[in-house]
Amino acid sequence: MGEMADGELVQLLTPEGELTEHPEYALSLTSDEYRDLYRDLVMVRRIDAEATALQRQGELGIWASLLGQEAAQVGAGRAMRQQDMAFPTYREHGVGYCRGVDPLRALGLFRGVDLGAWDPREHNFHLYTIVIGAQCLHATGYAMGIARDGKVGGDDGEAVIAFLGDGATSQGDVNEAFIFASVFAAPVVFFCQNNQYAISEPLERQTRIPLYKRAAGFGFPGVRVDGNDVLATLAVTRKALDDARAGQGPTFIEAYTYRMGAHTTSDDPTRYRIASEVEAWKLKDPIARLKSFLIRHEHADPEFFAGVESEADELAAYVRSGCLAMPEPAHSTLFDHVYAEGSAEIDAQRASFTRYQASFADGGVR
Amino acid sequence: MSRMKKFNLPDLGEGLTEGEILSWLVKPGDTVTLNQPIVEVETAKAAVEIPSPYAGVVAELHHAEGETIDVGTPIITFDTTPGAAPSEEAPAAPSPAPSAESLAAVEIAPEDQPVEPGLIGGPAPGGRTSVLVGYGPKTVTAQRRPRRPAETPAAPLEDPELTLLPSIPDPLHSAAKPVRHGGLEVGRAAERAAEAASAPVRAKPPVRKLARDLGLDLASVHATGPSGTITRDDVQRAAQHATVTPLPTARPVAAAPPVASWDSSREQRIPIKGVRKLTAEAMVASAFTAPHATEFLTVDVTRSMRAVERLRASRDFAGTRVNFLVLVAKAVALAVARNPMINSSWDDARAEICVKEYVNLGIAAATPRGLLVPNIKDAGRLTLRQLADALADLVATAKDGKTPPADLSGGTITITNVGIFGVDTGTPILNPGESAIVALGTVREMPWVHKKKVRVRQVCQLAVSFDHRVVDGELGSRFLADLGAFLNDPETTLLAWT
Repeated sequence: MGEMADGELVQLLTPEGELTEHPEYALSLTSDEYRDLYRDLVMVRRIDAEATALQRQGELGIWASLLGQEAAQVGAGRAMRQQDMAFPTYREHGVGYCRGVDPLRALGLFRGVDLGAWDPREHNFHLYTIVIGAQCLHATGYAMGIARDGKVGGDDGEAVIAFLGDGATSQGDVNEAFIFASVFAAPVVFFCQNNQYAISEPLERQTRIPLYKRAAGFGFPGVRVDGNDVLATLAVTRKALDDARAGQGPTFIEAYTYRMGAHTTSDDPTRYRIASEVEAWKLKDPIARLKSFLIRHEHADPEFFAGVESEADELAAYVRSGCLAMPEPAHSTLFDHVYAEGSAEIDAQRASFTRYQASFADGGVR
Repeated sequence: MSRMKKFNLPDLGEGLTEGEILSWLVKPGDTVTLNQPIVEVETAKAAVEIPSPYAGVVAELHHAEGETIDVGTPIITFDTTPGAAPSEEAPAAPSPAPSAESLAAVEIAPEDQPVEPGLIGGPAPGGRTSVLVGYGPKTVTAQRRPRRPAETPAAPLEDPELTLLPSIPDPLHSAAKPVRHGGLEVGRAAERAAEAASAPVRAKPPVRKLARDLGLDLASVHATGPSGTITRDDVQRAAQHATVTPLPTARPVAAAPPVASWDSSREQRIPIKGVRKLTAEAMVASAFTAPHATEFLTVDVTRSMRAVERLRASRDFAGTRVNFLVLVAKAVALAVARNPMINSSWDDARAEICVKEYVNLGIAAATPRGLLVPNIKDAGRLTLRQLADALADLVATAKDGKTPPADLSGGTITITNVGIFGVDTGTPILNPGESAIVALGTVREMPWVHKKKVRVRQVCQLAVSFDHRVVDGELGSRFLADLGAFLNDPETTLLAWT
């Protein structure tokens, strides 16, 4: 994977864990805030690792790992304010964590016991969207809606953030969303985690120019940020969201990162990328660099790191036991969310299916 | 709850039905922690490591490396409370006593051991057997739940299965009574009645195959199964009567004179997967990227065969197996030293030819896993004794199907010993990334001109295929001639060359 010229990339924390400055994006955090970001990164990685293991043990049908993309997601998630609305893909476990969504909610979807059953309103975190890029249209429409509701403008305005991947930039839906967002100055941030691969398809097959430069063609700013740098991602996303909430229209953020694992647990990345590339990206690990920084500048002591580790252990145990204990859904729930107010036909189908289940000797309990 | 926990092979990638055990990372007696990698499994989609679902001690591995296992089959048993007094073997999980009607059609996969709630195969909360998650379709289809026996004769009419499959007419009942529920069903009764006359028979695929094998027309078989389906018993009953009352459309059941046939029933379909698939891909890649040229040489190897016998008797070679292949391996190593370019690879990406000073000598081997080409690392530096040991080792490991991946990569030149199958020679295809491959024919006694007289000599054919991008005819010929010279007179060439 070719390296971009340094000037293009917003970076505030180098892979070695040294702070750098950027003329447009200044960020000054307290020790507590730095430590909180570190804790977030570790927790998110641990949720992901446990879910991956659970899939390998047959407890999840599939899992989309975010390994390597923790900083991009935590940076974006922590940049959001309470009133901001997120439209995730199916990989935004880290953003969900930052929004306060119980990780078990995502596991329920991948275990196949529900259809993604959290209330988007509760944490301003929309349901996972499986269709590639479709959430950009949802987000844009939602953003246009809140603008019409008068919730945009000023410091307290609302903003919307749509998550997408590099592969999604080739989707028609995404380009349509860009156009609508642009011409209606919708308060939406398009946060693209460029993890270099659309399943097996490398970035060269998506674009001939850096992705962030596409935004100019649609008529809004595009910026490329080091997606493995949680500080830079936080600063850049915060600015873009603030622009949106103030009525300045959309921004496209390309968080330049790397998917360290497989596309999903059904994928074998060794078939389409070479080990040396993965090794090179290991050196840019988002957690290692923040840890180096915390230690070197004495923002944290060994007890802190030990505490985070044991907290992560507890979280992993919670995820595991919660996953194994998930009740299987009543079969009739299949029919519950087809129409908001039901329909005679669905009612008949439900009744028929219920009778069918009852015809089994075990009472149709599963 | 039992302390012994079985772990079944899960569906590792959305709908897979099987996986191959590539390598065990633990062995019985090992203590494992939760999520510690225990086994590497290759599926149609990926080779993945499975993390341990338990902490404890490995009690048993149920399958050897190289075996292909159906999803849902136990692969490993853990003792989750090692050190505790041995408990009685846990009784089998109680399964509901199936009714007489259900026995015929239902297969319940029994669980030898109860498994922790929520885990695969174990009772899920509520006393169910958890199969919703993580199983491939094979297992799911095998686990039919027992149905309640019909309580009234009218029950089949209300069988919702029928209403859920509206397009399948029910020849027994649809004309008799309209279906009463289900929006989709309204108005279909008449349609179904009309279809009933020409209704297709209902039978499961294995039953259909049985009927086909017995030469029975299913349309003439009386159905006694649920919802008017034809069962295996129905077919067998019909077959017994078929000789008495032959059916007009049925093929003869009794032994008939053989008639030429070439339909699909006489074809065997073997899925392309695993080593076969990899071999095919490698061969295609090699055959269509490297232009191959092949040369042949017939050699009097009598002196080599005598040398083999002398070596076998030698104390220096006690405890190892010396055979002709060992000498051929030595010959290749020496001929490479005299013709280094033959031991090179074509690096398209860098527009370079990489000439290797080391000889990683591949030996094509027919193994339980299919064709593998493990190689002996740095064979050029080995003494004849070391070469013999390495070869014996490599062959034994390959025959056990335990060749580690490291042995399969990094080869620089290959020998394929087709002679063990009694053939004279072949035109081998290069192992991808290599520039030459030597085929060794069988050694047979032949009339041969020796010292101006026709004698019975031991003769062998050699073939060398080479990548013509890298190796010219001259180099290929010299290499082959050197091989022949060595095998014709090993002592003299050894003295002359080294």
